[in-house]
Amino acid sequence: MTDIRYLAPRTLEEAVGAFAAAAGAARILAGGTDLLVQMRAGSARPGMIIDIKQISEMTSIEETADGGFRIGAAVSGAVMAEHPRFGQVWPGVLEAVNLIGSTQVQGRASAGGNLCNGSPAGDSVPAMIAAGAVVTIQGPNGRRQIPVEAVPAGPGRTTLTPGEILVSFTLPPRPKGSGDAYLRMIPRTEMDIAVVGVGVSLTLENGTVTAARVGLGAVAPTVLLVAGAANALIGSKLDDAAVEAAAAACRAACRPIDDKRGTIVYRIKVAGVLLKRATAIAADRAGKV
Amino acid sequence: MNVINNKWIGSRTIRPDGADKVTGRASYSSDTNMPGMIWGKVLRSPHAHARIVSVDTSKAEALPGVKAVVTSKDLVEFPLDTAVMLGIQDMRWMSRNVMAREKALFHGHPIAAIAATTEAIAAEACRLIVVEYEILPHVIELEEAIKPDAPILHDFIQFDGKPSNIAGKLEHKLGDVDAGFAGADVIIERSFKTRPVHQGYLEPHSCLVSVSSDGKAVIWSSSQGQFMVRAMTGLLTGLPQSDIRAIPAEIGGGFGGKTIVYLEPVALILAKKSGRPVKMVMTREEVFRASGPTSGSMSTVKIGATKDGKIVAGQGIYYLQAGALPGSPIRGAAGCAFAPYDIPNVQTVGFDVVSNRSKVAAYRAPGAPIGAYAVECVLDEIAEALKMDPLELRLKNAAKQGTKAAHGPVYPVIGFVDTIEAALAHPHYKAPLGKHQGRGVASGFWFNAGGESSAQVNVTEDGNVVVTTGHPDVGGSRAAIANVTAELLGIDHKKVSVLIGDTATIGYSNLTGGSRVLFASAMVVTQSADKVITTLKERAAKIWKIDPEAVTWEDGEARPAGANAGQFPPMTLAQIAAKASETGGPIGAGVQLNTQGAEGGFATHICDVEVDLDLGIVRVLRYTSFQDVGRAVHPAYVEGQMQGGAAQGIGWALSEEYLYDKNGKMDNASFLDYRMPVCSDLPMLDTVMIEVPNPKHPQGVRGVGEVPLVPPLAAISNAVYHALGKRFYSLPMSPPRVLEVLDGV
Repeated sequence: MTDIRYLAPRTLEEAVGAFAAAAGAARILAGGTDLLVQMRAGSARPGMIIDIKQISEMTSIEETADGGFRIGAAVSGAVMAEHPRFGQVWPGVLEAVNLIGSTQVQGRASAGGNLCNGSPAGDSVPAMIAAGAVVTIQGPNGRRQIPVEAVPAGPGRTTLTPGEILVSFTLPPRPKGSGDAYLRMIPRTEMDIAVVGVGVSLTLENGTVTAARVGLGAVAPTVLLVAGAANALIGSKLDDAAVEAAAAACRAACRPIDDKRGTIVYRIKVAGVLLKRATAIAADRAGKV
Repeated sequence: MNVINNKWIGSRTIRPDGADKVTGRASYSSDTNMPGMIWGKVLRSPHAHARIVSVDTSKAEALPGVKAVVTSKDLVEFPLDTAVMLGIQDMRWMSRNVMAREKALFHGHPIAAIAATTEAIAAEACRLIVVEYEILPHVIELEEAIKPDAPILHDFIQFDGKPSNIAGKLEHKLGDVDAGFAGADVIIERSFKTRPVHQGYLEPHSCLVSVSSDGKAVIWSSSQGQFMVRAMTGLLTGLPQSDIRAIPAEIGGGFGGKTIVYLEPVALILAKKSGRPVKMVMTREEVFRASGPTSGSMSTVKIGATKDGKIVAGQGIYYLQAGALPGSPIRGAAGCAFAPYDIPNVQTVGFDVVSNRSKVAAYRAPGAPIGAYAVECVLDEIAEALKMDPLELRLKNAAKQGTKAAHGPVYPVIGFVDTIEAALAHPHYKAPLGKHQGRGVASGFWFNAGGESSAQVNVTEDGNVVVTTGHPDVGGSRAAIANVTAELLGIDHKKVSVLIGDTATIGYSNLTGGSRVLFASAMVVTQSADKVITTLKERAAKIWKIDPEAVTWEDGEARPAGANAGQFPPMTLAQIAAKASETGGPIGAGVQLNTQGAEGGFATHICDVEVDLDLGIVRVLRYTSFQDVGRAVHPAYVEGQMQGGAAQGIGWALSEEYLYDKNGKMDNASFLDYRMPVCSDLPMLDTVMIEVPNPKHPQGVRGVGEVPLVPPLAAISNAVYHALGKRFYSLPMSPPRVLEVLDGV
């Protein structure tokens, strides 16, 4: 029954100042699709809410001069889907973001919130990791950039330090012959939470994989970058042995738990299956570019 | 049966509640507010099983804003040694379910309740209640609960002379099963398990109760029976029924789960103590933790048949979870299991088993899906062993007019054979299947019900008609009653308004359940309409100054007949209504009956599935339900019932289940992790209505709402077998379990 203060600053500096001054009592509000649910359930009781949707840098999508994208952390899934180019260049990232919640939730939910929520099962995170996305963070000590996979620290936790706010994602320019894909296992067909999620991004040159990244979700305390799986694909022509080796690397990377959403045995097996299926889709998309 | 021209009966008229529901204007129970209203919240047990040593509410009462506190001491005490029945519910258990008395029997069991000026203060005050518990060992699963050394929930329950968690037994017998099996060429016996599943209604339980200073109470609530709410609340609070007016709100789904009360008696006492209207609304989590799912089960079914496919004996032993207090639907399981078949030797036994889970509540054909699941899966194996088509096996043994069922009755005209023949002839049954796809079939039976109903049919001064019945409309009863009334009076459907009365404005009507409502209310509405027509003819005769016997009622108008035919221009209902005052007063009639003659419902389902062998996901590709619907008074609603049952069956078979942690706490109390199917999980659910009118009903009505949930569990299970070549004996067939079986783990 404590009162909650609500701030909607127009500048990042103001937001960071208020966030740092609140010393842990504040929560950042982007779409609110996690925060408001946690507050209703009583698991979050912030003394202050800082709404970042008035800050233009956090709600805009820009194509960078080199052909990459900068996506504000509070950009909703629906706005990303409406962008004329983003989904053509990064179809896997877009489908991962658009898998979060329902149509109504898509009007609010953001990739930034998905990452900062710290869930190992966040759908956009494996796809962002596979894409090689880098996040810009601003805090009391200025700006810094780190790769997406360096943000999660464990279930519900991130490596952001007190007062720091996630500002945006930067996705690199896309060489010719590149494709990405994200697949998740859910018992239903929608409105569900990933039991395993796999993001694959790769570049093909004359049928040979020249670059690849694999992100793996819901099988460890944090979403993982699986270098072993990428290494198995790089240099191959995606022959069965290479793809099986990549699947094996995914299975080996799993450190899952038995819980209401899936068993250890099941999750490990599915990680390999989804790697293969996502790789096939990414390769198909790479071939068409 | 009345001669009817079927202008409106069988017509897909616009549903009377449609516009309000689509536009959000419909008033559900939590939409009702009152000046001065305060909020009630329930403190629930954090333990699965504990003795309540003391409850200290002093700190909570001291919190500013708190207006009243209720504990079990405020409810009428029902001693354990004396049963007090209301319908099928025993008030000893109902009172202890509404508020724990001696012990907390499940995680989420209400311990106390608070009313305060805001919901937040009430919740805060609940946290200030100090309860001293003596934690006891708990038992959740059936197989554990029936072990000799299991923690015992209730010392007073004895089975075989010893304290036990087996609270009851029911047996049906026909012929001699041992002799029957001795004459069988093929005998198959299998054991099955199902998990508890929730009705999943969208609207949580909620109510608003106001008690005036002279002690009269008004209850607005969402239920399947305002008269049930009045009676149960009266019994549990000690108020006479005449001091309680229960007003039914628009209901956001019930499926059986709203045939008992949870909040109303508590809110009433809070309102009485505080002098303020009290509103209570459960959260979804409370709905899962503390309102009734249906039972989980263990069963063993044995069926014997001769080489030519004649079933000679069937035996079924069923253990059903009751939750923390007795009362699982063993009658539905044991009674419906073999009911579709003409088998000379049948024995079914049901055991009612308590454990530290929330008390079960009715769920669409309570117990019958569990009964049919085991029988219909074993029948699939019998058909396979005999190299017989599974539908032909069912056809050969189908119950018909004159068949004596093990649960008692001899069937009158029934349409079970028709459902099988329609399934055999349907293109779905012959459609080609792809790789990893399979087709399963199953049949099912539900008793249906009649019972008490009241109706009032009034003609308005401007020549329209208002019909009032006493049943909350969960399945289209208003639309169907409008069709029946328009047909009988011969007037346009748009001239008929159908309303649901409250306990003060319409006579006693039993609750909406057992697929009874249209059967019973169409009967009392028919008799009321007949009386209205008699009056209309009398008034016309008076105006024409002829004998009432010389007037007929046709196409919504009175016509002079016999010797007077053609002597006067016909008079419409509106013309007679306009002269009502001068010809004798208002025109209307009401009828109250304990209706008899409800006959059973039968269905046969075909289901196609595809299995993803790597992920273990089973998807339903095609589903067709064939049902004897008696007379489809409003076909769109009948189809909706058939589709709804199939959809719920798909969830039960593939994804829904209650999961508990090691402390006996439900681990998936939200729609995120309690996996009901979403729309995109389902194909179009096809329906084939077969009309074999019930000879004992004026319109031929049979209940249609519940039998659609009886066949799906086995139809889907059999389809999965035919896709994979491996049989599953346990539900749900969730992806990890499917992979376990496929990978032989």
